Amino acid sequence: MSDAAASPRGTRVDLGALWVAPPLIALAVLFLYPLTLIAHAAVYDANDALNFAAAWATLGSRAFLNALINTAEIALAATAGSLALGLTLALIIAFVPFPGATFVARLIDTFIALPTFLATLAFTFLYGSAGVLNGALTQAFHLGDPPVHFLYSAWGVILAEMTVYSPFVLRPLLAAFSLVDRGQIEVASLLGARSWRIVRQVILPAALPAAIAGGSLCLLLTVNEFGIVLFIGAKGVITLPLLIYDKAIQESDYQAACVIAMINVALSLGLFGLYRAAARRLGA
Amino acid sequence: MTLAAFVDEAAIASGAAELRGAASTVAFDRVSVAYRGAVVLKPLTLEVAAGEILAMIGPSGSGKTTALRAVAGFVRPASGRIRIGGVDVTDQPPYARGLAMVVQNYALFPHMRVFDNVAFGLHARGAPKSLIEERVAEALKVVGMTQYVRRYPRELSGGQQQRIAIARAHAVRPKVLLLDEPLSALDAQIRRSMVEEIARLHAELPGLTILYVTHDQSEALTLADRIAILKDGALSAVGRTGDLYRRPPNRFSAEFLGRANLVPVVVESDADASGLVAVRAGGERLIVSGADERAGASRLLCVRPQNLTLAPDDGHTNRLAGTLREIHWQGELTHLVAEVGGALMRVVATKLPTTPTRGERLDMFFSPDDASLIAEEADV
Repeated sequence: MSDAAASPRGTRVDLGALWVAPPLIALAVLFLYPLTLIAHAAVYDANDALNFAAAWATLGSRAFLNALINTAEIALAATAGSLALGLTLALIIAFVPFPGATFVARLIDTFIALPTFLATLAFTFLYGSAGVLNGALTQAFHLGDPPVHFLYSAWGVILAEMTVYSPFVLRPLLAAFSLVDRGQIEVASLLGARSWRIVRQVILPAALPAAIAGGSLCLLLTVNEFGIVLFIGAKGVITLPLLIYDKAIQESDYQAACVIAMINVALSLGLFGLYRAAARRLGA
Repeated sequence: MTLAAFVDEAAIASGAAELRGAASTVAFDRVSVAYRGAVVLKPLTLEVAAGEILAMIGPSGSGKTTALRAVAGFVRPASGRIRIGGVDVTDQPPYARGLAMVVQNYALFPHMRVFDNVAFGLHARGAPKSLIEERVAEALKVVGMTQYVRRYPRELSGGQQQRIAIARAHAVRPKVLLLDEPLSALDAQIRRSMVEEIARLHAELPGLTILYVTHDQSEALTLADRIAILKDGALSAVGRTGDLYRRPPNRFSAEFLGRANLVPVVVESDADASGLVAVRAGGERLIVSGADERAGASRLLCVRPQNLTLAPDDGHTNRLAGTLREIHWQGELTHLVAEVGGALMRVVATKLPTTPTRGERLDMFFSPDDASLIAEEADV
């Protein structure tokens, strides 16, 4: 009796499970298939034979190693700078009352919506050879050549990336600061703690997951940053995305481009894995 | 609270003298506080003696927490001065005032173990390591939490967390301990035991001055040497706990502290030499305490629910007749509400010879000493 009653329900198709299909199909078509093509192109030669020679040659090249080192250095420096800048701004906006604090926070937020090259363009107007700063210095001190050159070096890239990516740190930190129990800050101050001790021992531990989340996102984005590096065109500053562009578009060496792209993807996924592990551990 | 509030460089040195601790007075000298032009604390003048527990009570928005926060340095008075131990601290940042505070939600630092929470203030005040260890051990012993020294706050119950918060405050030997609704987040049973623990703590540290803000009158009555009642940002009444309870100076303090019965009466004759006076409530003639009263004055007769009995005896010589409107049995107590000349009177009885029914006549008796007279117009 009970078997007969259960049978019709047991044979019913669970149509709800089909909802997993559209995202899987989209993921396969838009991401996995192109990625497979890139991976295939990286290790198969023109005769469609498995051949690692070109891959090893690319990975052992000076250009690749320099690009890898540049990418790591710029990404780490820009992330550290973004964390320092974002943290300072977030502390001021959240804890030091001044008129228009909310407006300033919103204004900084708009950087997220702007294209990355815009900051670079603005930097060119400000710090470029013919920019405002060099123009003023040249005129003031009667110089023949513009004295400020940092924009056309790795420092220019780092500064531009800091400007663009600091809001990615600022936003989660502001959210975390808004959740910090004001009672803890007040009790700490009454117990004798001054501002720096309170920031260090009360506020930052509470905001650590947010700082790690924002910093990790910043690191991911700076590792893959292309527009800023290309736009600044700093001499000798070639990062992995720029090297992929050079190999594919300028040298038409698609296999080398695909090999470097796979390394770039692995680097990004590795960083993402570290971020998730840290976030899980810290409860972000 | 903002960082800007404690970045003032006018800090006093936190040296050995502060760590030694000293009982201190607190004085509000015409202190008022306003937020964006709206006055939330009207000019308040009040002194707390060294070693005293002063409870500030009042309904929400009465200004009691604002007054406490002004002492802490979290809000700046719009006018007036605050003195602690005779020193004007109005312009000092919170960290320089030598105080400690326990708040409703404990405000323990969640990422620190119990030891580090209790040691926080000592580190902040630059205490040497040996003193820190000694003080933390002693503070945890006082609150009976020695065995939890390695725990994180999340591993403790609400009551245990509040004990740690008290130990953290005690460890720095504050001049004054500020308690801001410290037991409000606890359930009734733990609250009762914590009230007893705070009383015991103060008995062990008789020099400690405590400013205790609460909306719970039973906490105030149990702990406080004196009570200040605030209403609408102003001081409504202040006095020794027993006096304020027995002889409330106005309607608000009578009703807020213990829900007294208030019946309109007219004074029949001037007070006699023993301080007794005859008053008339409807058709009843009553004899009550009332020095300085004059014949013909309109007053409110104030008598507590537990001072009314339903049977006359040698002491309870005054009688008020009413009609029983409500009766609520609450285990060890029975609450009765009777209507007397249009006013409702509450009676709390421990045992009743017979259970009266709604609508029947109820005679209530009280002693002249258990009643007082309040000027009708004195609302605050």
